[in-house]
Amino acid sequence: MLEESKIQTANIAEYRKDFPILSRQINNKPLVYFDNGATTQKPQVVIDAVSHYYEHLNANIHRGVHTLSQEITLAYEDARIKVQQHLNAAHSHEIIFTKGTTDAINLVAHSFGKKYFTSGDEILISAMEHHSNIIPWQQLCEEKGCELKVIPISDSGEILMDAFEELLTSKTKIVAITHVSNTLGTINPVKDMIACSHRKGIPVLIDGAQAVPHLAVDVQNLDADFYCFSAHKLFGPTGVGVLYGKEIFLNELPPYQTGGGVILSVDFQKTTFAPLPLKFEAGTPHIAGGIGLAAAIDYVNQIGLNNITTYEHYLLEHATNRLQEIEGVKIIGNANKKAAVISFIVDSCHPLDVGTLLDKQGIAVRTGHHCTQPLMKLLGIPGTVRASFAFYNTIDEIDVFAEALKKTIRLLK
Amino acid sequence: MNFAQIENEIVEEFELFGDHWEARYEHLIDMGKSLPLIPEKEKTDDLLIKGCQSKLWLKSYFDGTLVTYMADSDAIITKGIAALIIRVLSHHTPDEIVQAELQFIDKIGLKEHLSPTRANGLVSLIKQMKLDALAYLSKSAKQ
Repeated sequence: MLEESKIQTANIAEYRKDFPILSRQINNKPLVYFDNGATTQKPQVVIDAVSHYYEHLNANIHRGVHTLSQEITLAYEDARIKVQQHLNAAHSHEIIFTKGTTDAINLVAHSFGKKYFTSGDEILISAMEHHSNIIPWQQLCEEKGCELKVIPISDSGEILMDAFEELLTSKTKIVAITHVSNTLGTINPVKDMIACSHRKGIPVLIDGAQAVPHLAVDVQNLDADFYCFSAHKLFGPTGVGVLYGKEIFLNELPPYQTGGGVILSVDFQKTTFAPLPLKFEAGTPHIAGGIGLAAAIDYVNQIGLNNITTYEHYLLEHATNRLQEIEGVKIIGNANKKAAVISFIVDSCHPLDVGTLLDKQGIAVRTGHHCTQPLMKLLGIPGTVRASFAFYNTIDEIDVFAEALKKTIRLLK
Repeated sequence: MNFAQIENEIVEEFELFGDHWEARYEHLIDMGKSLPLIPEKEKTDDLLIKGCQSKLWLKSYFDGTLVTYMADSDAIITKGIAALIIRVLSHHTPDEIVQAELQFIDKIGLKEHLSPTRANGLVSLIKQMKLDALAYLSKSAKQ
Protein backbone atom coordinates (compact mmCIF):
# COMPACT_ATOMS: atom_id res chain seq x y z
CA MET A 1 0.00 0.00 0.00
CA LEU A 2 2.82 2.36 0.88
CA GLU A 3 4.47 1.72 -2.49
CA GLU A 4 1.25 2.53 -4.26
CA SER A 5 0.83 5.69 -2.19
CA LYS A 6 4.31 6.82 -3.21
CA ILE A 7 3.41 6.45 -6.86
CA GLN A 8 0.24 8.40 -6.25
CA THR A 9 2.06 11.18 -4.42
CA ALA A 10 4.30 11.66 -7.42
CA ASN A 11 1.25 12.03 -9.64
CA ILE A 12 -0.66 14.41 -7.42
CA ALA A 13 1.31 17.46 -8.56
CA GLU A 14 0.20 16.65 -12.10
CA TYR A 15 -3.43 16.09 -11.12
CA ARG A 16 -3.49 19.38 -9.25
CA LYS A 17 -2.72 21.21 -12.48
CA ASP A 18 -6.05 19.94 -13.81
CA PHE A 19 -7.87 22.09 -11.22
CA PRO A 20 -7.49 25.82 -12.00
CA ILE A 21 -8.88 26.96 -8.63
CA LEU A 22 -6.16 25.14 -6.70
CA SER A 23 -3.63 27.76 -7.79
CA ARG A 24 -5.58 30.52 -6.07
CA GLN A 25 -4.21 32.50 -3.14
CA ILE A 26 -6.51 33.08 -0.17
CA ASN A 27 -5.55 35.87 2.23
CA ASN A 28 -2.13 35.91 0.52
CA LYS A 29 -1.57 32.23 1.22
CA PRO A 30 -1.83 29.29 -1.19
CA LEU A 31 -5.32 27.84 -0.94
CA VAL A 32 -5.51 24.64 1.09
CA TYR A 33 -8.92 23.28 0.20
CA PHE A 34 -10.15 20.85 2.85
CA ASP A 35 -13.88 21.33 2.37
CA ASN A 36 -14.35 18.59 -0.19
CA GLY A 37 -17.19 17.07 1.81
CA ALA A 38 -19.20 20.20 1.05
CA THR A 39 -18.23 20.31 -2.60
CA THR A 40 -15.22 19.26 -4.64
CA GLN A 41 -13.31 21.44 -7.09
CA LYS A 42 -13.76 21.00 -10.82
CA PRO A 43 -11.09 19.82 -13.24
CA GLN A 44 -10.63 21.73 -16.49
CA VAL A 45 -12.17 18.87 -18.49
CA VAL A 46 -15.46 19.30 -16.62
CA ILE A 47 -15.41 23.08 -17.04
CA ASP A 48 -14.65 22.58 -20.74
CA ALA A 49 -17.44 20.03 -21.20
CA VAL A 50 -19.97 22.46 -19.72
CA SER A 51 -18.68 25.37 -21.84
CA HIS A 52 -18.57 23.20 -24.94
CA TYR A 53 -22.20 22.28 -24.42
CA TYR A 54 -23.28 25.93 -24.27
CA GLU A 55 -20.97 26.96 -27.11
CA HIS A 56 -21.62 24.16 -29.57
CA LEU A 57 -24.39 21.79 -28.52
CA ASN A 58 -27.10 23.80 -26.80
CA ALA A 59 -30.62 22.66 -27.67
CA ASN A 60 -33.42 21.05 -25.71
CA ILE A 61 -33.39 17.29 -25.44
CA HIS A 62 -35.82 14.49 -26.27
CA ARG A 63 -38.34 16.29 -28.45
CA GLY A 64 -36.61 18.08 -31.30
CA VAL A 65 -36.24 16.59 -34.76
CA HIS A 66 -33.45 18.96 -35.65
CA THR A 67 -29.79 17.93 -35.61
CA LEU A 68 -28.74 19.91 -32.54
CA SER A 69 -31.54 18.45 -30.46
CA GLN A 70 -30.71 14.93 -31.63
CA GLU A 71 -27.01 15.40 -30.90
CA ILE A 72 -27.55 16.66 -27.38
CA THR A 73 -30.20 14.03 -26.66
CA LEU A 74 -27.64 11.37 -27.56
CA ALA A 75 -24.96 13.06 -25.45
CA TYR A 76 -27.32 13.35 -22.46
CA GLU A 77 -28.38 9.72 -22.76
CA ASP A 78 -24.70 8.76 -23.06
CA ALA A 79 -24.16 10.55 -19.77
CA ARG A 80 -26.88 8.37 -18.27
CA ILE A 81 -25.15 5.25 -19.57
CA LYS A 82 -21.89 6.51 -18.13
CA VAL A 83 -23.52 6.84 -14.70
CA GLN A 84 -25.07 3.39 -15.11
CA GLN A 85 -21.67 1.87 -15.83
CA HIS A 86 -20.07 3.84 -13.02
CA LEU A 87 -22.53 2.44 -10.47
CA ASN A 88 -22.78 -0.89 -12.29
CA ALA A 89 -26.57 -0.60 -12.53
CA ALA A 90 -28.33 -3.25 -14.59
CA HIS A 91 -30.14 -0.78 -16.85
CA SER A 92 -29.60 2.83 -17.90
CA HIS A 93 -33.29 3.58 -17.27
CA GLU A 94 -32.66 2.85 -13.60
CA ILE A 95 -30.64 6.07 -13.53
CA ILE A 96 -32.80 9.12 -12.83
CA PHE A 97 -31.19 12.54 -13.09
CA THR A 98 -32.17 14.77 -10.18
CA LYS A 99 -31.05 18.11 -8.77
CA GLY A 100 -28.83 16.28 -6.29
CA THR A 101 -28.91 13.83 -3.40
CA THR A 102 -31.45 15.87 -1.44
CA ASP A 103 -33.79 15.93 -4.42
CA ALA A 104 -33.33 12.18 -4.95
CA ILE A 105 -34.24 11.38 -1.33
CA ASN A 106 -37.23 13.70 -1.53
CA LEU A 107 -38.31 11.88 -4.69
CA VAL A 108 -38.23 8.48 -2.99
CA ALA A 109 -39.83 9.74 0.24
CA HIS A 110 -42.62 11.29 -1.78
CA SER A 111 -43.28 8.61 -4.37
CA PHE A 112 -42.49 5.54 -2.28
CA GLY A 113 -44.37 7.04 0.65
CA LYS A 114 -47.41 7.83 -1.48
CA LYS A 115 -47.53 4.31 -2.86
CA TYR A 116 -46.69 2.13 0.12
CA PHE A 117 -47.06 3.96 3.43
CA THR A 118 -49.99 3.89 5.78
CA SER A 119 -50.49 5.03 9.35
CA GLY A 120 -48.37 3.14 11.88
CA ASP A 121 -45.60 2.22 9.41
CA GLU A 122 -42.00 2.85 10.38
CA ILE A 123 -38.99 4.31 8.60
CA LEU A 124 -35.56 3.35 9.89
CA ILE A 125 -32.64 5.76 9.65
CA SER A 126 -29.40 6.06 11.65
CA ALA A 127 -28.29 8.61 14.24
CA MET A 128 -25.61 9.93 11.87
CA GLU A 129 -27.86 10.98 9.00
CA HIS A 130 -27.58 14.31 7.22
CA HIS A 131 -30.69 16.51 7.53
CA SER A 132 -31.43 15.59 3.90
CA ASN A 133 -31.99 12.00 4.96
CA ILE A 134 -34.07 12.96 8.01
CA ILE A 135 -36.44 15.75 7.09
CA PRO A 136 -38.07 14.23 3.96
CA TRP A 137 -38.93 11.15 6.06
CA GLN A 138 -40.10 13.27 8.98
CA GLN A 139 -42.43 15.15 6.66
CA LEU A 140 -43.74 11.86 5.35
CA CYS A 141 -44.33 10.67 8.92
CA GLU A 142 -46.36 13.76 9.71
CA GLU A 143 -48.40 13.38 6.57
CA LYS A 144 -49.08 9.66 6.87
CA GLY A 145 -48.97 9.12 10.62
CA CYS A 146 -45.81 7.02 10.42
CA GLU A 147 -42.92 6.84 12.84
CA LEU A 148 -39.24 7.59 12.33
CA LYS A 149 -36.99 5.10 14.13
CA VAL A 150 -33.32 5.81 14.70
CA ILE A 151 -30.50 3.24 14.87
CA PRO A 152 -28.11 4.21 17.67
CA ILE A 153 -24.35 4.47 17.15
CA SER A 154 -21.35 3.64 19.33
CA ASP A 155 -19.00 6.19 20.89
CA SER A 156 -16.58 5.64 18.04
CA GLY A 157 -19.33 6.53 15.55
CA GLU A 158 -20.33 3.10 14.25
CA ILE A 159 -23.82 1.76 13.76
CA LEU A 160 -24.84 -0.71 16.47
CA MET A 161 -25.74 -3.69 14.34
CA ASP A 162 -27.60 -5.58 17.07
CA ALA A 163 -29.82 -2.58 17.71
CA PHE A 164 -30.32 -2.22 13.97
CA GLU A 165 -31.56 -5.78 13.62
CA GLU A 166 -33.90 -5.34 16.56
CA LEU A 167 -35.36 -2.21 15.02
CA LEU A 168 -36.19 -4.02 11.76
CA THR A 169 -39.77 -5.09 12.38
CA SER A 170 -42.85 -5.99 10.42
CA LYS A 171 -43.77 -2.29 10.62
CA THR A 172 -40.55 -1.13 8.90
CA LYS A 173 -41.34 -0.06 5.34
CA ILE A 174 -37.95 1.30 4.31
CA VAL A 175 -34.42 1.68 5.67
CA ALA A 176 -32.59 4.88 4.67
CA ILE A 177 -28.90 4.98 5.60
CA THR A 178 -25.89 7.01 4.68
CA HIS A 179 -23.04 5.07 3.08
CA VAL A 180 -20.42 7.43 4.52
CA SER A 181 -21.11 9.88 7.36
CA ASN A 182 -20.42 13.46 6.26
CA THR A 183 -19.58 14.43 9.85
CA LEU A 184 -17.77 11.39 11.24
CA GLY A 185 -16.35 9.83 8.09
CA THR A 186 -17.66 6.39 9.13
CA ILE A 187 -18.07 3.96 6.24
CA ASN A 188 -21.19 2.03 7.17
CA PRO A 189 -21.48 -1.70 6.45
CA VAL A 190 -24.28 -1.02 3.99
CA LYS A 191 -23.93 -4.35 2.17
CA ASP A 192 -24.58 -6.26 5.39
CA MET A 193 -27.36 -3.88 6.37
CA ILE A 194 -29.05 -4.31 3.00
CA ALA A 195 -28.78 -8.12 3.23
CA CYS A 196 -30.20 -8.01 6.73
CA SER A 197 -33.12 -5.79 5.67
CA HIS A 198 -33.82 -7.90 2.59
CA ARG A 199 -34.08 -11.03 4.71
CA LYS A 200 -37.11 -9.33 6.24
CA GLY A 201 -38.32 -8.06 2.86
CA ILE A 202 -37.53 -4.42 3.58
CA PRO A 203 -36.11 -2.20 0.82
CA VAL A 204 -33.12 0.07 1.47
CA LEU A 205 -32.12 3.52 0.25
CA ILE A 206 -28.46 4.46 0.49
CA ASP A 207 -27.38 8.10 0.64
CA GLY A 208 -24.13 7.88 -1.27
CA ALA A 209 -23.31 11.61 -1.38
CA GLN A 210 -20.12 11.19 0.67
CA ALA A 211 -19.23 7.73 -0.63
CA VAL A 212 -19.16 8.16 -4.39
CA PRO A 213 -16.15 10.56 -4.41
CA HIS A 214 -14.07 8.19 -2.27
CA LEU A 215 -15.08 4.59 -3.09
CA ALA A 216 -16.00 2.45 -6.05
CA VAL A 217 -19.73 1.73 -5.71
CA ASP A 218 -21.46 -1.25 -7.29
CA VAL A 219 -25.19 -1.04 -6.69
CA GLN A 220 -25.81 -4.61 -7.87
CA ASN A 221 -23.14 -5.99 -5.59
CA LEU A 222 -24.57 -3.99 -2.69
CA ASP A 223 -28.07 -5.01 -3.81
CA ALA A 224 -29.26 -1.46 -2.94
CA ASP A 225 -32.84 -0.71 -3.89
CA PHE A 226 -32.14 3.02 -4.14
CA TYR A 227 -28.78 4.78 -4.20
CA CYS A 228 -28.24 8.50 -4.65
CA PHE A 229 -25.41 10.97 -5.00
CA SER A 230 -24.63 14.53 -6.13
CA ALA A 231 -22.42 15.35 -9.11
CA HIS A 232 -20.78 18.32 -7.41
CA LYS A 233 -19.19 16.14 -4.75
CA LEU A 234 -17.72 14.00 -7.55
CA PHE A 235 -15.84 16.87 -9.27
CA GLY A 236 -18.89 17.59 -11.45
CA PRO A 237 -21.26 20.58 -11.70
CA THR A 238 -23.67 21.71 -8.98
CA GLY A 239 -27.41 21.29 -9.45
CA VAL A 240 -27.36 17.76 -10.80
CA GLY A 241 -27.42 14.41 -9.10
CA VAL A 242 -28.50 10.85 -9.52
CA LEU A 243 -31.09 8.52 -8.14
CA TYR A 244 -30.47 4.89 -8.93
CA GLY A 245 -33.54 2.75 -8.29
CA LYS A 246 -34.24 -0.85 -9.09
CA GLU A 247 -36.49 -1.07 -12.12
CA ILE A 248 -39.04 -3.11 -10.20
CA PHE A 249 -39.55 -0.23 -7.73
CA LEU A 250 -39.26 2.66 -10.15
CA ASN A 251 -41.91 1.15 -12.41
CA GLU A 252 -44.32 0.92 -9.51
CA LEU A 253 -43.78 4.39 -8.05
CA PRO A 254 -45.93 7.35 -9.07
CA PRO A 255 -44.13 10.40 -10.53
CA TYR A 256 -42.67 12.92 -8.09
CA GLN A 257 -43.15 16.06 -10.12
CA THR A 258 -45.26 16.33 -13.22
CA GLY A 259 -45.19 18.54 -16.28
CA GLY A 260 -43.32 18.53 -19.57
CA GLY A 261 -41.33 15.46 -20.52
CA VAL A 262 -42.94 12.94 -18.19
CA ILE A 263 -45.86 11.94 -20.38
CA LEU A 264 -46.87 9.63 -23.17
CA SER A 265 -50.18 11.36 -23.74
CA VAL A 266 -52.28 14.01 -22.05
CA ASP A 267 -55.91 14.95 -22.35
CA PHE A 268 -57.95 16.92 -19.87
CA GLN A 269 -59.32 13.76 -18.28
CA LYS A 270 -56.18 11.68 -17.92
CA THR A 271 -52.42 11.62 -18.36
CA THR A 272 -50.45 8.53 -19.34
CA PHE A 273 -46.92 8.74 -18.04
CA ALA A 274 -43.80 7.97 -20.02
CA PRO A 275 -41.76 4.87 -19.22
CA LEU A 276 -38.56 5.08 -17.17
CA PRO A 277 -36.52 7.16 -16.73
CA LEU A 278 -38.51 10.07 -18.17
CA LYS A 279 -41.43 9.50 -15.79
CA PHE A 280 -39.30 11.03 -13.05
CA GLU A 281 -37.69 13.83 -15.03
CA ALA A 282 -40.28 16.60 -15.34
CA GLY A 283 -39.26 19.78 -17.12
CA THR A 284 -36.07 20.59 -18.98
CA PRO A 285 -33.29 19.01 -16.96
CA HIS A 286 -29.85 20.40 -16.13
CA ILE A 287 -28.44 19.27 -19.47
CA ALA A 288 -25.06 20.95 -19.00
CA GLY A 289 -24.89 19.32 -15.58
CA GLY A 290 -25.43 15.85 -17.01
CA ILE A 291 -22.74 16.45 -19.64
CA GLY A 292 -20.38 17.79 -16.97
CA LEU A 293 -21.05 14.79 -14.74
CA ALA A 294 -20.14 12.42 -17.58
CA ALA A 295 -16.85 14.28 -18.01
CA ALA A 296 -16.22 14.09 -14.26
CA ILE A 297 -16.82 10.32 -14.25
CA ASP A 298 -14.38 9.87 -17.13
CA TYR A 299 -11.84 11.97 -15.29
CA VAL A 300 -12.17 10.03 -12.04
CA ASN A 301 -12.01 6.68 -13.81
CA GLN A 302 -8.84 7.70 -15.55
CA ILE A 303 -7.23 8.03 -12.11
CA GLY A 304 -9.09 5.02 -10.76
CA LEU A 305 -11.29 5.05 -7.69
CA ASN A 306 -9.29 2.27 -6.08
CA ASN A 307 -6.16 4.40 -6.41
CA ILE A 308 -8.08 7.34 -4.95
CA THR A 309 -9.28 5.26 -1.99
CA THR A 310 -5.76 4.06 -1.24
CA TYR A 311 -4.19 7.50 -1.51
CA GLU A 312 -6.90 9.21 0.52
CA HIS A 313 -6.51 6.62 3.26
CA TYR A 314 -2.86 7.60 3.41
CA LEU A 315 -3.91 11.27 3.74
CA LEU A 316 -6.41 10.41 6.46
CA GLU A 317 -3.83 8.47 8.45
CA HIS A 318 -1.35 11.31 8.24
CA ALA A 319 -3.95 13.90 9.24
CA THR A 320 -5.11 11.73 12.14
CA ASN A 321 -1.53 11.39 13.39
CA ARG A 322 -0.83 15.10 13.04
CA LEU A 323 -4.02 16.08 14.86
CA GLN A 324 -3.42 13.60 17.65
CA GLU A 325 -0.09 15.31 18.34
CA ILE A 326 -1.76 18.63 19.07
CA GLU A 327 -2.73 19.20 22.68
CA GLY A 328 -6.41 19.91 23.25
CA VAL A 329 -7.55 18.44 19.93
CA LYS A 330 -10.10 15.65 20.07
CA ILE A 331 -11.07 13.73 16.97
CA ILE A 332 -14.79 13.10 16.69
CA GLY A 333 -15.51 9.81 14.93
CA ASN A 334 -13.04 6.98 15.32
CA ALA A 335 -14.71 4.25 13.33
CA ASN A 336 -12.64 1.36 12.13
CA LYS A 337 -13.47 2.11 8.52
CA LYS A 338 -13.39 5.77 7.60
CA ALA A 339 -13.41 7.79 4.41
CA ALA A 340 -11.10 10.81 4.13
CA VAL A 341 -13.13 12.98 6.49
CA ILE A 342 -11.82 14.10 9.86
CA SER A 343 -13.92 16.01 12.37
CA PHE A 344 -12.46 17.43 15.54
CA ILE A 345 -13.02 19.80 18.40
CA VAL A 346 -10.48 21.86 20.30
CA ASP A 347 -10.64 22.31 24.07
CA SER A 348 -12.32 25.61 24.98
CA CYS A 349 -12.24 26.86 21.38
CA HIS A 350 -15.43 27.32 19.38
CA PRO A 351 -15.31 25.63 15.95
CA LEU A 352 -16.35 28.93 14.36
CA ASP A 353 -13.31 30.69 15.83
CA VAL A 354 -11.00 27.90 14.69
CA GLY A 355 -12.47 28.00 11.17
CA THR A 356 -12.19 31.80 11.00
CA LEU A 357 -8.51 31.82 11.94
CA LEU A 358 -7.67 28.87 9.66
CA ASP A 359 -9.26 30.79 6.80
CA LYS A 360 -6.97 33.72 7.57
CA GLN A 361 -4.13 31.27 6.84
CA GLY A 362 -5.61 30.16 3.51
CA ILE A 363 -7.18 26.95 4.80
CA ALA A 364 -10.78 26.12 3.94
CA VAL A 365 -12.48 23.81 6.43
CA ARG A 366 -16.09 23.47 7.44
CA THR A 367 -17.32 24.40 10.92
CA GLY A 368 -20.60 23.87 12.67
CA HIS A 369 -23.12 21.06 12.80
CA HIS A 370 -22.63 19.91 9.17
CA CYS A 371 -26.41 19.53 8.77
CA THR A 372 -26.36 16.77 11.38
CA GLN A 373 -27.85 18.60 14.36
CA PRO A 374 -29.37 15.47 15.96
CA LEU A 375 -25.92 13.83 15.87
CA MET A 376 -24.34 16.91 17.48
CA LYS A 377 -26.94 16.83 20.26
CA LEU A 378 -26.23 13.15 20.78
CA LEU A 379 -22.50 13.85 21.06
CA GLY A 380 -23.20 16.83 23.32
CA ILE A 381 -21.16 19.30 21.25
CA PRO A 382 -22.22 22.48 19.41
CA GLY A 383 -20.33 21.48 16.30
CA THR A 384 -16.97 20.40 14.98
CA VAL A 385 -14.28 21.56 12.63
CA ARG A 386 -14.19 19.23 9.66
CA ALA A 387 -11.36 18.69 7.23
CA SER A 388 -12.44 16.56 4.29
CA PHE A 389 -9.96 15.51 1.63
CA ALA A 390 -9.91 14.75 -2.05
CA PHE A 391 -7.22 13.00 -4.08
CA TYR A 392 -5.71 16.37 -5.07
CA ASN A 393 -4.80 17.16 -1.47
CA THR A 394 -1.27 16.50 -0.30
CA ILE A 395 0.70 15.49 2.76
CA ASP A 396 2.36 18.93 2.63
CA GLU A 397 -1.04 20.61 2.84
CA ILE A 398 -1.89 18.55 5.90
CA ASP A 399 1.37 19.70 7.49
CA VAL A 400 0.57 23.34 6.68
CA PHE A 401 -2.88 22.78 8.18
CA ALA A 402 -1.47 21.22 11.36
CA GLU A 403 0.92 24.14 11.89
CA ALA A 404 -1.85 26.66 11.17
CA LEU A 405 -4.07 24.89 13.66
CA LYS A 406 -1.37 25.14 16.34
CA LYS A 407 -1.07 28.86 15.67
CA THR A 408 -4.86 29.22 15.78
CA ILE A 409 -5.03 27.53 19.17
CA ARG A 410 -2.23 29.76 20.49
CA LEU A 411 -4.18 32.84 19.38
CA LEU A 412 -7.46 31.67 20.84
CA LYS A 413 -6.14 30.68 24.25
CA MET B 1 -17.34 60.83 23.97
CA ASN B 2 -19.76 60.73 21.10
CA PHE B 3 -20.06 57.77 18.73
CA ALA B 4 -17.70 59.18 16.13
CA GLN B 5 -14.99 59.77 18.73
CA ILE B 6 -15.25 56.24 20.12
CA GLU B 7 -15.28 54.83 16.62
CA ASN B 8 -12.18 56.79 15.69
CA GLU B 9 -10.46 55.53 18.79
CA ILE B 10 -11.19 51.93 17.77
CA VAL B 11 -10.11 52.54 14.17
CA GLU B 12 -6.82 54.04 15.37
CA GLU B 13 -6.22 51.08 17.66
CA PHE B 14 -6.65 48.65 14.81
CA GLU B 15 -4.53 50.75 12.45
CA LEU B 16 -1.61 50.29 14.80
CA PHE B 17 -1.48 46.63 13.77
CA GLY B 18 -1.09 47.40 10.08
CA ASP B 19 -1.50 44.31 7.95
CA HIS B 20 -0.75 41.84 10.72
CA TRP B 21 -3.91 39.81 10.86
CA GLU B 22 -2.67 37.87 13.89
CA ALA B 23 -2.30 41.07 15.88
CA ARG B 24 -5.72 42.38 14.78
CA TYR B 25 -7.38 39.17 15.82
CA GLU B 26 -5.37 38.99 19.04
CA HIS B 27 -6.67 42.44 19.88
CA LEU B 28 -10.21 41.42 19.03
CA ILE B 29 -9.87 38.28 21.16
CA ASP B 30 -8.54 40.38 24.06
CA MET B 31 -11.54 42.67 23.70
CA GLY B 32 -13.75 39.58 23.85
CA LYS B 33 -12.09 38.45 27.04
CA SER B 34 -12.65 41.85 28.67
CA LEU B 35 -16.36 41.93 27.79
CA PRO B 36 -18.60 42.46 30.82
CA LEU B 37 -20.35 39.13 31.01
CA ILE B 38 -23.96 38.30 31.69
CA PRO B 39 -24.21 36.18 34.86
CA GLU B 40 -24.61 32.50 33.93
CA LYS B 41 -28.07 32.12 35.46
CA GLU B 42 -29.39 35.10 33.47
CA LYS B 43 -28.26 33.70 30.10
CA THR B 44 -31.69 32.56 29.01
CA ASP B 45 -32.73 31.63 25.50
CA ASP B 46 -34.83 34.77 25.07
CA LEU B 47 -31.60 36.80 25.16
CA LEU B 48 -30.11 34.87 22.21
CA ILE B 49 -29.48 36.79 19.00
CA LYS B 50 -30.76 34.86 16.02
CA GLY B 51 -28.68 34.37 12.89
CA CYS B 52 -25.36 33.49 14.53
CA GLN B 53 -23.47 30.22 14.02
CA SER B 54 -22.30 30.61 17.60
CA LYS B 55 -24.49 31.49 20.57
CA LEU B 56 -24.67 35.18 21.37
CA TRP B 57 -26.62 36.58 24.30
CA LEU B 58 -27.40 40.28 24.71
CA LYS B 59 -28.79 42.00 27.77
CA SER B 60 -29.46 45.70 28.30
CA TYR B 61 -30.18 47.91 31.31
CA PHE B 62 -31.64 51.39 31.48
CA ASP B 63 -31.06 53.66 34.48
CA GLY B 64 -33.55 56.28 33.29
CA THR B 65 -30.89 58.22 31.36
CA LEU B 66 -28.35 55.82 29.81
CA VAL B 67 -28.51 52.34 28.35
CA THR B 68 -25.86 49.76 29.29
CA TYR B 69 -25.31 46.55 27.34
CA MET B 70 -23.81 43.22 28.30
CA ALA B 71 -23.18 40.26 26.04
CA ASP B 72 -21.67 36.83 25.97
CA SER B 73 -20.90 34.22 23.38
CA ASP B 74 -19.51 30.71 23.26
CA ALA B 75 -17.17 31.86 20.46
CA ILE B 76 -14.39 34.28 21.40
CA ILE B 77 -14.21 36.18 18.10
CA THR B 78 -17.97 36.73 18.24
CA LYS B 79 -17.47 38.00 21.78
CA GLY B 80 -14.77 40.37 20.57
CA ILE B 81 -17.01 41.80 17.89
CA ALA B 82 -19.83 42.21 20.42
CA ALA B 83 -17.40 43.95 22.77
CA LEU B 84 -16.50 46.49 20.07
CA ILE B 85 -20.14 47.31 19.34
CA ILE B 86 -20.91 47.58 23.06
CA ARG B 87 -17.95 49.89 23.56
CA VAL B 88 -19.48 52.23 20.97
CA LEU B 89 -23.16 52.03 21.87
CA SER B 90 -23.21 51.44 25.62
CA HIS B 91 -23.67 54.35 28.06
CA HIS B 92 -25.66 56.50 25.67
CA THR B 93 -29.24 57.67 25.77
CA PRO B 94 -31.87 55.54 24.03
CA ASP B 95 -32.46 58.35 21.57
CA GLU B 96 -28.77 58.54 20.61
CA ILE B 97 -28.57 54.78 20.19
CA VAL B 98 -31.64 54.62 17.96
CA GLN B 99 -30.14 57.36 15.74
CA ALA B 100 -26.62 55.92 15.69
CA GLU B 101 -25.01 55.03 12.38
CA LEU B 102 -21.98 52.82 12.88
CA GLN B 103 -19.10 53.27 10.47
CA PHE B 104 -16.14 51.68 12.19
CA ILE B 105 -16.81 48.05 11.26
CA ASP B 106 -15.94 48.88 7.64
CA LYS B 107 -12.98 51.02 8.65
CA ILE B 108 -11.21 48.47 10.82
CA GLY B 109 -11.26 46.01 7.95
CA LEU B 110 -13.27 43.47 9.89
CA LYS B 111 -16.31 43.28 7.71
CA GLU B 112 -14.39 41.95 4.71
CA HIS B 113 -13.19 39.12 6.92
CA LEU B 114 -16.59 38.32 8.32
CA SER B 115 -18.32 35.37 6.73
CA PRO B 116 -21.88 36.09 5.61
CA THR B 117 -23.08 34.16 8.67
CA ARG B 118 -21.04 36.41 10.93
CA ALA B 119 -22.11 39.53 9.06
CA ASN B 120 -25.78 38.52 9.50
CA GLY B 121 -25.19 37.95 13.18
CA LEU B 122 -23.61 41.38 13.46
CA VAL B 123 -26.56 43.04 11.76
CA SER B 124 -28.93 41.14 14.08
CA LEU B 125 -26.94 42.23 17.12
CA ILE B 126 -27.00 45.93 16.24
CA LYS B 127 -30.68 45.67 15.37
CA GLN B 128 -31.49 44.12 18.74
CA MET B 129 -29.48 46.79 20.58
CA LYS B 130 -31.46 49.48 18.77
CA LEU B 131 -34.74 47.67 19.45
CA ASP B 132 -33.93 47.57 23.15
CA ALA B 133 -33.13 51.29 23.06
CA LEU B 134 -36.37 51.97 21.22
CA ALA B 135 -38.31 50.09 23.89
CA TYR B 136 -36.69 52.23 26.62
CA LEU B 137 -37.41 55.34 24.56
CA SER B 138 -41.10 54.61 24.27
CA LYS B 139 -41.24 53.60 27.93
CA SER B 140 -39.67 56.88 29.08
CA ALA B 141 -41.92 58.84 26.69
CA LYS B 142 -44.97 57.34 28.40
CA GLN B 143 -43.76 58.26 31.87
